[in-house]
Amino acid sequence: MELELLSVGMSHYLILAGLLFTMGVFGIFLNRKNVIVILMSIELMLLAVNINFVTFSAYLGDLTGQVFALFILTVAAAEAAIGLAILVTFFRNKGSIAVEDLAEMKG
Amino acid sequence: MVVQALAFYLFASILVLSAFFVITARNPVHSVLFLILSFFNAAGLFVLLGAEFIALTLVIVYVGAVAVLFLFVVMMLDISFADLRKGAMQYVPMGLVIGAIILTELVMLFGAWQFAPGAGQNLAVPVVELVDVTNTEALGQVLYTNYVLAFQVAGLILFIAMIGAIVLTHRRRPGIRRQVVSKQQAVRGEDVIEIRKVTTGTGA
Repeated sequence: MELELLSVGMSHYLILAGLLFTMGVFGIFLNRKNVIVILMSIELMLLAVNINFVTFSAYLGDLTGQVFALFILTVAAAEAAIGLAILVTFFRNKGSIAVEDLAEMKG
Repeated sequence: MVVQALAFYLFASILVLSAFFVITARNPVHSVLFLILSFFNAAGLFVLLGAEFIALTLVIVYVGAVAVLFLFVVMMLDISFADLRKGAMQYVPMGLVIGAIILTELVMLFGAWQFAPGAGQNLAVPVVELVDVTNTEALGQVLYTNYVLAFQVAGLILFIAMIGAIVLTHRRRPGIRRQVVSKQQAVRGEDVIEIRKVTTGTGA
């Protein structure tokens, strides 16, 4: 593993994306009760995936990665909208957003 | 080259720091604001990588729409966030272990990444030099031809998400007067107007 400091290569971006993804995973553990912050952690993970796609696209010289990143952006926006809508409905019914109250449908 | 490296380290360090503050901030409003900061820095990284269109889309879609949506929801809901943090520390060791495992695996995987020898010959859409077309133009030429079906499906997903969000959050509150067109149309003259014969000369 050769990481020279002053010539930024593909590995720098990939490791950065890995770091960001790990932060997203850790954020889910750290804020286990708060659905809003969990949704934000998921956004961070999606951002890390996007960085990966664009990095590979740039260093391989293939535009497909950027096209895929656009679709990920679309799906992430839809996911955030639906997730927050569910959150608002849930808060109206229960008066809280704690994750442990979300077990209504458990059999 | 040095300027590029410095810019990378600037963006990367702010990105990682703000991501850290997103997950650790006590106040969710601060979390959202740090999320916006991290999206801006990711956009800077995308510009460094030569993907200007994705960078600006990230700013418009995420900062302009998603983060503002988060901000609205955080501020609209009257939640006691102090209660939500209670007992959160008990999961931290587990999270640290799993995070460390994932990070180690990813660094081992990506740290020494090399493309397979023939990978360069199998490009689906080779990037054209920037002197010919801009990044946006090149993306458009691919998106509206090779990936037009996926593009339409993405639009459909957004449309369904919009309908879903509206249906989920819309509510009919009782006691509020609202226009009901069918009722308005069904009104007949004899229901609402009564014509009385008044005898002349008997009024006060």
